[in-house]
Amino acid sequence: MEINEIYIKLKSVFGDGIGELKTDLPVRPFLFVDASKIDAVALFLRDEESLQFDNLSCLSGVDYDKDNLAVVYHLCSYSLGHQLVVKCLVPKQDPKIKSVADVWAAAEWHEREAFDLVGMIFEGNPDLRRILLPEDWEGHPLRKDYKVPEFYNGMKIPY
Amino acid sequence: MGNIFTQWFGDNLLTYILIPVPILIYVLVFALYAVLGERKVSAWIQNRIGPNRTDRFGLLQTILDTLKLIQKEIIIPNRTDKLFFRMAPYIVFTSVFLGYAVLPFSSVYIGVDMNLGLFYFFAITSLGVIGVLMAGWSSNNKYSLFGGMRTVAQIVSYEIPTALSAIVVVMLAGTLSMQKLAVLQAGGVFNWFIFGGPGSAVKIFLIPIMVVSTVILFMSTLAETNRTPFDLTEADSELVAGVHVDYSGMMFAMFFLAEYAQMFAVSGVVTTLFLGGWQSPFGNLIPFLNTPVFQVFWFLAKGLFLVFVQMWLRWTLPRVRIDQLMTMCWKYLIPITLVNLFLVGLYIILT
Amino acid sequence: MAELRTEEMILNMGPQHPSTHGVLRLVLTLNGEIVEEVKPVLGYLHRCFEKHAEAMTYPQVIPYTDRMDYLNAMSNELAYVLAVEKLLGIEVPERVEYIRVIMSELQRIASHLVAIGTYGNDSGAMTPFLYCFMDREKVLELFEIVCGARMLYNYIWVGGLSHDITPEFITKTKELIKYLRPRMKMINNLLSYNKIFIERTAKIGILPPEVAINAGVSGPTLRGSGVKYDLRKSDPYSIYNKFDFDICVGTGERGVVGDCWNRYIVRAYEIEQSLRIIEQAIDSIPEGDVQSAVPKRVKPVAGESYVRTESPKGELGYYIISDGSLNPYRVKARSPSFCNISVINQISRGHMIADVVMILGSFDIVLGCIDR
Repeated sequence: MEINEIYIKLKSVFGDGIGELKTDLPVRPFLFVDASKIDAVALFLRDEESLQFDNLSCLSGVDYDKDNLAVVYHLCSYSLGHQLVVKCLVPKQDPKIKSVADVWAAAEWHEREAFDLVGMIFEGNPDLRRILLPEDWEGHPLRKDYKVPEFYNGMKIPY
Repeated sequence: MGNIFTQWFGDNLLTYILIPVPILIYVLVFALYAVLGERKVSAWIQNRIGPNRTDRFGLLQTILDTLKLIQKEIIIPNRTDKLFFRMAPYIVFTSVFLGYAVLPFSSVYIGVDMNLGLFYFFAITSLGVIGVLMAGWSSNNKYSLFGGMRTVAQIVSYEIPTALSAIVVVMLAGTLSMQKLAVLQAGGVFNWFIFGGPGSAVKIFLIPIMVVSTVILFMSTLAETNRTPFDLTEADSELVAGVHVDYSGMMFAMFFLAEYAQMFAVSGVVTTLFLGGWQSPFGNLIPFLNTPVFQVFWFLAKGLFLVFVQMWLRWTLPRVRIDQLMTMCWKYLIPITLVNLFLVGLYIILT
Repeated sequence: MAELRTEEMILNMGPQHPSTHGVLRLVLTLNGEIVEEVKPVLGYLHRCFEKHAEAMTYPQVIPYTDRMDYLNAMSNELAYVLAVEKLLGIEVPERVEYIRVIMSELQRIASHLVAIGTYGNDSGAMTPFLYCFMDREKVLELFEIVCGARMLYNYIWVGGLSHDITPEFITKTKELIKYLRPRMKMINNLLSYNKIFIERTAKIGILPPEVAINAGVSGPTLRGSGVKYDLRKSDPYSIYNKFDFDICVGTGERGVVGDCWNRYIVRAYEIEQSLRIIEQAIDSIPEGDVQSAVPKRVKPVAGESYVRTESPKGELGYYIISDGSLNPYRVKARSPSFCNISVINQISRGHMIADVVMILGSFDIVLGCIDR
């Protein structure tokens, strides 16, 4: 299924929960989904007969622009063979987004990683802890405004 | 059965001090060169060269290794049970070394020719398990504890098939004395217990039973020495090194020494029970080959061959899992040995 | 009488442990020898790849990708470079594509040989490990001939390659193909079909296909569960659609589909398929210049690209966002081992400690790839 058809289909079900469809940027078109609706959209994408996105290929946290973080979902369907890119914008002030960990088990660790490095809170993730950085690390390094701290537990960081 | 030392020095205290000396020297030299041998055998099996930097063919390798180990500090972790931790390696080695007392190296040389020799051997070598358990528990390390627990389960279980398949021979021979067992198998390959021992042509029925018993005894001894495929005590991929995890320096070397000493000890028992002990395979055809000195040669040759087989297996096979090990012992080896025992009993009654 | 209950024991397996394949830490909750729960703790080898990448220009990131999955550097480079090329919109010469395919298939063989060898080592058989490393050495020699490096190559460049291949490389590759086939037969006889090895791995850690797909498991680990999915066929990149090869899946020849043995054997089969691809490619490399398409300055327009490739470990993806400057705005690596290992808790419950080692080994993880 092409992304336009998917977009129309999603729009008809979720209405305002689906944002705009971007096709002008290279390389692949993507669509925006409202961060508070993403879990329902994800469930629909997985279970709808004509979509069957049974696999979450990649979930990335991005420091999107000045006010927003973004979570990017790369979905693909093993049974139907099509792919889809979904983005959710999360405001930096209150970086909350619904977790999709119960839709795709793969999301659990990816969400932990996104939380760890970019710092959005995934509501509903069963085990939202830091995964790559030490548990007592401060800050989220992949944010553009991140400053490397001077010391970590008394150890000097920038050599 | 005389011991050459008693003949030479008379029946006094000096003799009893001197008797174990050759065995001790042998065990130490054997352990040194068995380690080198194992490394060389593994190297050849794996298309490598092996140690070759110290003297020719790495002959000094293990001697230098030992020197290094002696120099090393013995680190005793903080929360160990110090007394048990220190005692364990020596208990393990002592129990194995005591087992050598009843190994007949030749018709004129045996530590003690006691009439309960075989029984004594199994009793004393399984004392080593106490040392291993002590080491495992006192290290206060979970991996060590697992290693210790596994060893106990493993060795206690495998005592049974070992003893049962040895009893098959004892029933035929009517003696527990190791020296008498060796003497009985005089007269060439065909009189060894693996081929039914001395006897008339009827013993042809015994041969399959005895071959199976030999194999089972060898397998069980492998399990008792904790060698691959039964090295679950060490199991380096799961338990890091099992009971050895916290040992260093010479205390670790003692474990190593005990392991290699035990490899030869159990091979010696298999040799004595089934492979004719110190008897020449040619029997009395060539009397020269049956002189006491050559007897030592035959005993060592047979024992060392079995040690080689142990190494060969180690570098070829993967390791079994603990439950599979137990299954094999209780569900396969013990029933088979019991059947063997029954058949041999039947044979004895009928003939 | 009160019910007898024994306490559970927590065992920290790793970060220093011989069979966690690096610095992975598994927190095992044990009931005797039975594993009740496995909690992987990651991050011991975190080298901030994604943060580094933001400070580098596009070509400068390539050496960092090498070090992600260090047993598998060519495939990492290929995936990253494909993503950048997609963003730039450049076409690379046919010769480059052929060489890239040959290189990544050689790398697949090397990586699978390590996987097979270390798996044997995990099960206690040391000898197959050394045999496999001996054969891997021959593959590394080929890389050495071409680019001088043995593990971390920086060979595949954006738009081209760092060096052209030599006639010596071609003859040696042909020799390798001839040499490897009987060797694989020997290793299979020695390890794969060994009774004890099968006992240890068959019916252990069964991963059902639905769970595997849902959890994002990919590569040989997924195919071991019987899912016929290989990105080289399902979503072809580079020029893989020109070659004829089969997707190997676990068939339950021993054990059941989805267990450790089937995951393991898929790798052994795949080596044969890689040899087939190399055989087809090596004779038909077109003439050309390998650096003709290399851009002077890599400066893509603002946009983003996501490229998935089939690395030996599984689906390796790079998600690159460009803001039109010389440095990438964001590089996210979707590492196969990271997703594969996340199912370990699910499938190792109720097994023994020894089985956890076997299950972990059957994923063929590389910690550099998980922690990045």
